[in-house]
Amino acid sequence: MSNHRLPQPDRPWVMRTYSGHSNAKKSNELYRKNIAKGQTGLSIAFDLPTQTGYDADDELSKGEVGKVGVSIAHKQDMQTLLDGIPLGEMNTSMTINATAMWLLSLYIATAEENGVDQAELSGTTQNDILKEYLSRGTYAFPPGPSMRLIADMVSHTVNHVPKWNPINICSYHLQEAGATPVQEIAYSMSNAIAVLDSVKARGQVSDEDFPKVFGRISFFVNAGIRFVEEHAKLRAMGKLWSELADRYGVEDEKLRRFRYGVQVNSLGLTEAQPENNIQRIVLEALAVTIGRDARARALQLPAWNEALGLPRAWDQQWALRIQQVLAFETDLLDYPDIFEGSIVMDGLVDELVTGAKAEMAIVEENGGAVEAVPYMKAALVESHSRRVSAIENGDLTVVGQNKFTSTEESPLTADAEGGIMVIDPEVERELIEAVENWREGRDQEAVDKALADLAAAAANESENLMPYSIAAAKAGATTGEWSSTLRDVFGAYRGPTGIGDATMHGDNESLEALRERVEEVSETLGRRLKILVGKPGLDGHSNGAEQIAVRARDVGMDVVYEGIRLTPSQIATSAVQEGVHVVGLSILSGSHRELIPAVIENLREAGVDVPVVCGGIIPDHDVQPLLDAGVARVYTPKDFELNRIMGDIIELVAERANAQAPAAV
Amino acid sequence: MNGHNLISHEDAAELGRRLAAGDRLAAPAALNLLEQRGAEAQERADSLLAEISPAKLGHESPGVIVGITGPPGAGKSTLLSELIALWRAREKSVAVLAIDPSSKRSGGSLLGDRARMAVDSRDDAVLVRSSATATRLGGLAPTTRESAMALAATFDVVIVETVGVGQSETDIAELADIVVVIVQPASGDVLQFIKSGVMEIPDILVVTKKDLGKVALNASRDLHSALRALGSKTPVLLVSSVPPTSGVEDLIGTVEEQFAELDLTARRARLRRLAALDSFTQENGERGLRALGGRREAEKFLAGQDAALGHRQLRQLLDARAAAQ
Repeated sequence: MSNHRLPQPDRPWVMRTYSGHSNAKKSNELYRKNIAKGQTGLSIAFDLPTQTGYDADDELSKGEVGKVGVSIAHKQDMQTLLDGIPLGEMNTSMTINATAMWLLSLYIATAEENGVDQAELSGTTQNDILKEYLSRGTYAFPPGPSMRLIADMVSHTVNHVPKWNPINICSYHLQEAGATPVQEIAYSMSNAIAVLDSVKARGQVSDEDFPKVFGRISFFVNAGIRFVEEHAKLRAMGKLWSELADRYGVEDEKLRRFRYGVQVNSLGLTEAQPENNIQRIVLEALAVTIGRDARARALQLPAWNEALGLPRAWDQQWALRIQQVLAFETDLLDYPDIFEGSIVMDGLVDELVTGAKAEMAIVEENGGAVEAVPYMKAALVESHSRRVSAIENGDLTVVGQNKFTSTEESPLTADAEGGIMVIDPEVERELIEAVENWREGRDQEAVDKALADLAAAAANESENLMPYSIAAAKAGATTGEWSSTLRDVFGAYRGPTGIGDATMHGDNESLEALRERVEEVSETLGRRLKILVGKPGLDGHSNGAEQIAVRARDVGMDVVYEGIRLTPSQIATSAVQEGVHVVGLSILSGSHRELIPAVIENLREAGVDVPVVCGGIIPDHDVQPLLDAGVARVYTPKDFELNRIMGDIIELVAERANAQAPAAV
Repeated sequence: MNGHNLISHEDAAELGRRLAAGDRLAAPAALNLLEQRGAEAQERADSLLAEISPAKLGHESPGVIVGITGPPGAGKSTLLSELIALWRAREKSVAVLAIDPSSKRSGGSLLGDRARMAVDSRDDAVLVRSSATATRLGGLAPTTRESAMALAATFDVVIVETVGVGQSETDIAELADIVVVIVQPASGDVLQFIKSGVMEIPDILVVTKKDLGKVALNASRDLHSALRALGSKTPVLLVSSVPPTSGVEDLIGTVEEQFAELDLTARRARLRRLAALDSFTQENGERGLRALGGRREAEKFLAGQDAALGHRQLRQLLDARAAAQ
């Protein structure tokens, strides 16, 4: 028998597509089609209101209902979503965090009402709140209570839903927020330690069963384009995980395994020449599958057009086919680990392990991952701003974006919608009506009681909230009701913005020129040029807004940055009270069509007549309508040169100031 | 109105009158004007301020100006959110001037405090305005004093929030009616504060993070004994501004009590004199002071002036006197 071939080729990883949109019925149809195409696991994308705990009819939900995922408000929605899918057999991954306990409760309630015991369910709830504070922004409660919800879920699943992965520690979003490989490893490992320690501290799992807790923790990892180092990163994580297994006294080989799923990098996907994204995705997929000793358990690939807008079913099919070609056509699965004994690989792994340990020590000094959120957030904002500067000045090559930019017209984006999916705006209205009807048709007394029980249990630190949530799910409570019950007890929370300590990067000569211009314009204005950077809606992807805020400060503006999740009326109020000269808005969730005009309307009602600029993932054909609605400039991912944007903004304010100056004296 | 233009004297005075009449919607435009630089802008600002001066009103601006300062991470913003909520529950209007440092290199600033305060944007009885320290030392923006005064004409409570320890306490004491200093338990802050030599400045000391339990209790005990050693009766309050909150009601009660007992006319007159002398010294240095016959003489001279004069008018008197010497 040879030792360079496996006796039997390996079974492929679980293949998923991150999908879901509009309502439960449409998403169910999509899932059935995907399964027919050879997808082997479900990956449910929820819309932002569901992720952050609001019903469709909440003011904050406006423009986001059914947009980036499916809207799930109650058990009937969950039933419709999963209709015809065998829950006892399916491996379901839910990208859900702040409200993870609620969605798992709905899942369990639905299974049980269909005669499937919770012990038979298998799947994953993402449930990683720290990375929501650090990067993704869909948190709902303060850190302490959030960690309690996670610990309660881990305890409950280890005891009652043994095949469920209650938490997926996400390094994925850290990379999206600009993390270097070392930061990605260090912060996710520190995060895992915090989760393990808080489950231990809650004491709901016996010491004897504690290794099972360790065994149920899995990771959700990113893979970037530097795919050799990225593969080394996964091996490094495996190594550190095994050291942690020793630390927590886990002996069983099966429970010690480093298990991870992957979605490859979206940050590096470009709007310019978007077809190039396909080769990026293929190489990144290779990073997480090439070495058998650190191969992903489950994989989902982004679509080529993610930087343009929401992918269509066909785009997602293409992403699935990449996986299938890798698994079924190539000889990838025929061999043992191909990097065993590789000097390069071992060297890279050592480097990363050493670096990550040093960074983990800093997190530890800061009081552990929960306490160190502000530290990590600031470090990520800084890494990201370094990356943005490197692309801006050409130190980092992005083909088609800052190099080799001359191009033919792409036939892929030639259709009327620009090669992306557009959600019917009617969906929001229908879902608002649906949730209102649901509330009218249910047994209100039972819901009231279940929510009162939940509130009482939440106020009692020693209770596990899982059974109360399942009871509320069965009684017919909604996502918004579950969340607001807990918000009342735990308090609401605004995460750190991480921008306060960000240091300066970038081209100093052009910065200097911009600074002089800001001084001049400020002189005309009579006070320093002041900008409001706002993120309307529920979208929590704050990278863009943060980078704009930091750069605006670096060119000398006074910058009011309010963080995420603002209503149009909040933004207008801030603009008035702060007396700003210009407003910058950022939206990545695709709800710019609804939200940006709403902000402008609110500003006008409040009597604020200052230029408004906006940026985000905004398809070409949406640009003109936004300009028509009164936006002065629209920036898309193509506009990666922040200094050019700054120059624009300064001149917009200058024009306004000069036009008004004669009237001044 | 967006602050781009320099408004007329008449419009400036109108803003002042609206503030005096309790029109909170005039506040943002008033602040825009007060923050403007240049001699002409200052003259317009004077027109506005004249309308809310004690001479014109017949009394001091009635709102209480509360200075709140403390190191970064001490929990100021959560405490502020809670203070705003409780004061609103008592039907008091609240304005917050949040001051953040400017970048020395670019002159710009990141004003992030707004993000950390949970306020209802539809409630027009709450105003939050962020500004930067510009190049000034001491944690205050150049025009904070005028802004606070203007807001006190129309808001029941004006909170001036600054970051830092040391210099900021002394600076804020020169504009606030009540100075609240926040100390966070552990991490050496208590010791540092006791050693800083500004123990006598705060009217109220607040130890945050009561939820930490023993650590917070110890911190407040240390502060108590240090204060006792100085013969000071400054209250030390323990608060927790995360749920379940506690102690914030006490803080509000103490502020209101102290404010009620305050001889406001005397305090504000003293503050205006200090401010006039301070701005004179900043510009003219020790040599300028000598021209006035030294700090003592200057203070005596100011004490002899009409208590209702604004600090800029007092400053003009100082300038004239120095020039005459």
